Order: sequence, then C-alpha cells, then structure tokens
Amino acid sequence: MSPQPYFLDHIWLIPMFPLVTAAVMLFYGRRLSNQIVSWLCSGSVFISFIYSVGAFFQIVARPSGERIFTKILFEWIPAGTYHLLDGRIAKFVADWGFQIDPLSCVMVLVVTGVGFLIHVYSTGYMAHEGGYYRFFGYLNLFMFSMLMLVLANNLLLLFVGWEGVGTCSYLLIGFYFHKKSASDAGKKAFIVNRIGDAGFLLGIFLTSALLGTIRFVEIGPALTAGGFAIGDPRITAIALLFFVGATGKSAQIPLYVWLPDAMEGPTPVSALIHAATMVTAGVYMVTRTNAIYQLSPKAMGVVALVGAITALFAASMGVVQNDIKKVLAYSTVSQLGYMFLACGVGAFTAGIFHLMTHAFFKGLLFLAAGSVIHAVSGEQDMRKMGALSKKIPVTYWTMLIAALAIAGIFPFAGFISKDLILGKAYEKDALLWAIGYFTAGMTAFYMFRLIFMTFHGTSRVDHEVEHHIHESPKSMLVPLVILAALSFVGGWISWPEIFGGNSHFIHFLSSVVAVPHEARIEPVKGPGSEHGEIFLMILSEGLVILGILFAWFLYVKRTDLPQKIANSFGGFYKLVYNKYYVDQLYDALFVNRAKDLGLALGAFDRNVIDGLGVNGAGWLTRSISKVSMWWDTWIVDGSVRLGARIVWIFSYPIRLIQDGLVQSYMLLIVIGLIGFFGYYFYMARHAIH
Amino acid sequence: MVPVDHYLWLSLALFTIGVIGVLTRRNVIIILMSIELILNAVNINLVAFSHMFGNVDGQVFAIFIITDAAAEAAVGLGIILAFFRNRETLLADEMDMLKW
Repeated sequence: MSPQPYFLDHIWLIPMFPLVTAAVMLFYGRRLSNQIVSWLCSGSVFISFIYSVGAFFQIVARPSGERIFTKILFEWIPAGTYHLLDGRIAKFVADWGFQIDPLSCVMVLVVTGVGFLIHVYSTGYMAHEGGYYRFFGYLNLFMFSMLMLVLANNLLLLFVGWEGVGTCSYLLIGFYFHKKSASDAGKKAFIVNRIGDAGFLLGIFLTSALLGTIRFVEIGPALTAGGFAIGDPRITAIALLFFVGATGKSAQIPLYVWLPDAMEGPTPVSALIHAATMVTAGVYMVTRTNAIYQLSPKAMGVVALVGAITALFAASMGVVQNDIKKVLAYSTVSQLGYMFLACGVGAFTAGIFHLMTHAFFKGLLFLAAGSVIHAVSGEQDMRKMGALSKKIPVTYWTMLIAALAIAGIFPFAGFISKDLILGKAYEKDALLWAIGYFTAGMTAFYMFRLIFMTFHGTSRVDHEVEHHIHESPKSMLVPLVILAALSFVGGWISWPEIFGGNSHFIHFLSSVVAVPHEARIEPVKGPGSEHGEIFLMILSEGLVILGILFAWFLYVKRTDLPQKIANSFGGFYKLVYNKYYVDQLYDALFVNRAKDLGLALGAFDRNVIDGLGVNGAGWLTRSISKVSMWWDTWIVDGSVRLGARIVWIFSYPIRLIQDGLVQSYMLLIVIGLIGFFGYYFYMARHAIH
Repeated sequence: MVPVDHYLWLSLALFTIGVIGVLTRRNVIIILMSIELILNAVNINLVAFSHMFGNVDGQVFAIFIITDAAAEAAVGLGIILAFFRNRETLLADEMDMLKW
C-alpha cells in the first residue's frame, strides 16, 4: 500500500489547531498578553489554512473520479446492530471520521481563509475591548466546530459541529453580556436554532432507521440498495426534516428572526459567523445530503420556494432599515435565500459557488461596516453618517467593491454566481426566476442606499464625533483589501462558458452531486440557447443598474424624497419598517404562549406538586405523628409509669428504713449483731445440753 | 501476772463505750473518736491473746490496725472538712442525703 499524501492523511489536524488554542485561551488566556493571544489564535487558524491549501492541491492532483478521501480516527459510538424500518438488520456505525472531497475542500478553504482574515481584523477591532482572550477563545472554538462540521464523514459528527457553532454563536452574540439586548439576542439565536436542530436530529434518526447508515459516502448506495423511488414519502420526510434544521441555522423563513438580532455581537463575529461561515452551514448540509433531496422533487420544491420567498422578503426589510449592520443582516438572509433557491432547483454547485463568493463580499461588507462604525465612534445609525468617503478612503473603496459584487455588476464575483443561480432557476420555473430577478434589483437598491447614506451626500455626523473620524489601523485594512480583491476576482474561477470560460469550479464540485437514477435531461446551459442566457444577464444587469440609479436619485440627488415616499405609503411603510410584525406575531403565537405554559406549569407545581403533594404529605405526616405521639405518651409511656407507680407504692415501708442517717444504719447493724450473737449463744448452749 | 479475762473485760468496756458513742453522739468528730475507741478495744484483745498464746502475730496485726486507724482518721477528717464546706454542719442527723 502506497503512503497516503501527507495533507490528506492529516486532514483531521485542521480542526485541532484552533481547538488547542481555544483551550489555551479559555484556561490560561487571562494570564497572557493581548499580543500573545493575537499571535496564537491567528497563527493556529493560519496553520489550518496552510493544511487546507495543501489538502486542496493533493485533492486536485488525484484523478477526478477518486477525489473522496476518508480518514477514520476511531469508532465513536459502538452501538451494535438494530432493525431497520423495513426489518433488515444493520450495524450502527458512527466514527470520529473525516472526509475530504471537493465540497468539503471548498468549505474548509473558505472557512480557514476568510476566518484567518477576520482573526487578523479582530486584532485591530477588538484591541481596546475587555475580554480580549475570551473573544479569541470563543472565535477559535467556533473555528474548530465549523471545521468539524464541514469535515465530518457522517451526519452525527456533522451534528456535533452543528451544535458547536450554535453554542459559539450564542457565546459571541452575547459577548457584551452586561448589555441586556445582547444577552437576549444570544438567547433568541440559541432557542430558535434549537427548533431547527430538533428537526435535523429527527432527520438523522429517520435516515439511520431507513437507510441503516449515516455516513455520507454510504447514503447514495444505500438509497439505491433500498430501491427508493423518486417521490418516496419517507425520503421526502427526511429531506424536509433536514431542511427544518437548515432554516434554523441558515436563517430562512420561518426561523430567520434570530439573525437580525444577532447583530448585537461584535462586528467581526457578524462577519465570520453570521455572514461568511456558520449561516451557510444549512446550504452545505443540503448539498452534502443532495442524494436524498434528488429523490424528492416535493422537498426540492419546498427548498426552492422557501429560498426564493426568503430572498424577496428579507430584501424588502433591508430596504427600510437604518442600522448599517441590520441592512447587512437582512441582506445575508436574502442571499442565503438565493443559495437555497439554487439548491432547490438542483443547482447545488451553483449554491456552493454563491456561498463562496458571498463569504468574500459579505464578510468584506461586515468588516468594512465595522471599520465605519470604528471611525464614527460606535455609531450604527446611517442617518447619522454621510460624506465619509474622503475621510476613510480605503474603507470606502473596499466597501464599494463589495457592494458592486453583491449587487451583481459584471464582472464582479457576485455577478457570476448570482446569474448562474438565476439561469438555473429560469430553466426550472419562471416564477422562481422572477422572484430572484426582482430581489436582485432590490439588493442593488438597498446596498447602494447604504453606500450613499454612509459615504456620500452631506455629513450628518454629530459634532463631537466629527473630528474623531479616522481611518482604521493596518491590521483592519489589510484584510479589507484582500477580501476586496477576492470579491472582484473570486468569481473568475468559474468563468461562464458563454464568455469563453470553462466553469472550472462547477466541474470541480460536480462529482459530489449525485445523479438520480432517472436523471432529468436538461440543457447544460441557459434557457434554450446561448442567446437566452445572454439575454437574461443583460436583463438583470439592467435592473441592477436601475436600482443603483434609483438609490442615487433618492439618497444623493433628492434627499427629501424618501421621507415623502414613506409618508405616502404610510401603512405599508410602517408594516415593512416594523419587519412585518413577525417578531410580534411570534411573540403572540409562540413566545408568550410558551411563557403562559411555563406560568401554568409553575402554578401547577406550586399548587399541586408542592401544595397537594409535598405540603399534603407533610400535613399527613404531622397528623399521623400527633396520633402516634398521643399513643406513645398515654399508652406506652403510661403503662411504663403505671408499673413504676405500683412498685413505688409497695416499696413505701421499706423506704422508711433507708433514712440516710449513718447512725440509724449503725444501730441496725448493732441490733443485727446482738440478735445474731444472742441466737448463736442460745443455740450453742442448747446444743451442749 | 494479770489473767487474760481482765483484759477482755477492759476491751469489752471500751468497745461498748465506743459503740454507744457512735450510736448516740451527733457530732461526727466525736463519732470518729468513738470509732478509735472500738479499734483500740480490738487492739487490746489482739495483744492480750498474743501474750497468752506466746505468738507475736497478734501484736503485728495490732500495729497494722494502728496504721489503718491513722489513715482512716486522715481520710475521715478530710471528708468531714469537705462536707463542712458544703453544708456548714457537723451534725450526723443532718447528713441524710444518702437515701432514696
């Protein structure tokens, strides 16, 4: 057996580096200086990145059919055999195993690469914050969990990472835990995610019970061996349960409500966890289990529809937000909707491609927003910004590039990935395409509304803040510039074929997408013809440019207009501004009902368990003991005392003799002696005669 | 040569005086002194018989009893002293706590 390539054989080390530094931070971090913390934590992520790059090259070097590599460290849960739902007997296998293939390769590169840049950025951003080591400890713990998630070779280990990132997300959203809104947001994120996780966990159970395996590489063959037909309701159930998990983690309708609140966390956290990596875990998971989804057109339809509606719905809320991070949060929800739209129409590779480009430009947008917030002394309201482009030029230019990328301007990264998705959606269903198309226009509008409100027009910055405005330190600007470059060229690795490219990236990934037994025959490219594809692109470019111009008109040219429009749309504006009252609706329907249930259970506890049960038992015991005590006092003790009394009475004459006077005792002795001797002599005399 | 029965009469007289003293006197110190009389009556008996039988054992025994009487006087006076400190009395008929 030939020796395995080094980086593939040591793939399991990638998550371990951040784990080690996380442990060091959380146990000893308090004693380390900020500089050592920065070097250790960023360094461990950088080593992970080096290993990821190494693994990538060794994967690429292999022939395209053999690009799945599994490294099983040990068997994790040796649970023995069990009966499947159809009566077959299977052995339950859950390993501590790692799988590297093109899909996890891309994810690992994105996570470690963007993660490293954000670590570097954080060393500047968090420099003056308390709990520096705690922040980096959590961040590295997150990196470990996320890498476990994308490298796991089975569903259960993926779930470990899945829960790990959820925990770190909770810890980091609530990083400023002394602020009530932050700790509330952390709790909200955690609880909403639990709802999704319950679905995901049920999905894993059902997979195990139906297919007899939870290893990704064995799911496809198990589906074939089980003879499941397309549209099998059991498969649809699994797919939908998985999707419930994905809606929680990836903030889709109806579980998206936690993500906007999650902006309470430090901005690098928003960039890393709530834009670039963790929230895309749902998309990754759906792609990873695409063999199951391919068998269920209904579930695919649900995924596509939920994705499309979320994209539109979130974008509409992004349009009216005034908090710079909230705009980006809704934008993230919207872009995640795009990714699910891609998965739902069967273009899993396009979804992952958009995931990657999104990680670049959305990570950049958040980091740049952090830089802006840093410059204006912590202000997040865009109504108190404006005309910043000259004062913080690096931030301005990098953010502009990111905005162009997310809006989908040719040839930025976002253009290529988004138009790939829209093209695939058009092939599938014109309505889905229309929603996605309209959303693209809104995306361009709200992104440039953000740019114009923040960087152009007249300055609305408070006076005392005005002269503090300064460009961020180098440690923050360098990651911005690198991410800006990636946002620009990142899409080129999959240059569309109609422009003379060859979609490298898509081909690289396609090996992980299973082909259903009755492969749908579809045109490889655009709707009908090359002209159609070009036409669609021009159409969406037109709408995007229109959106940008509209934003320019409203927020630079005629700044009085937005207020008038808001007034004339009174009711509708209020509805959207208050986020469609979804939070209030959830409060009324679920949160307050859960609280009512808690109060009712509390009352039950107090009155029935404590009142009737515990206090009742206490009362009963006391009553019984009273009877028992009466019996003891009068019957048991009474009989004893009666005996004593009888003895006392009969002993009275004898007691008279014992008067305690020595002389009377002596007298008795003398009388006794005289009596004794008298008797003795009397007897002696008579015995003689 | 004094016949032995003289000694015995003397001893009996002393013994009787002692017993009557112990039984009738109220002061404990007098009672203690009466006990000494009883002991000495016994000593006279012992010495008399020792002389009569020409055996020295009786005299040795008498010396032991004298020693014992001294020890007894010491302990007895100690008890009386301690008792007086507590009850401020030396009258035997007031010492009646040793009963039921």
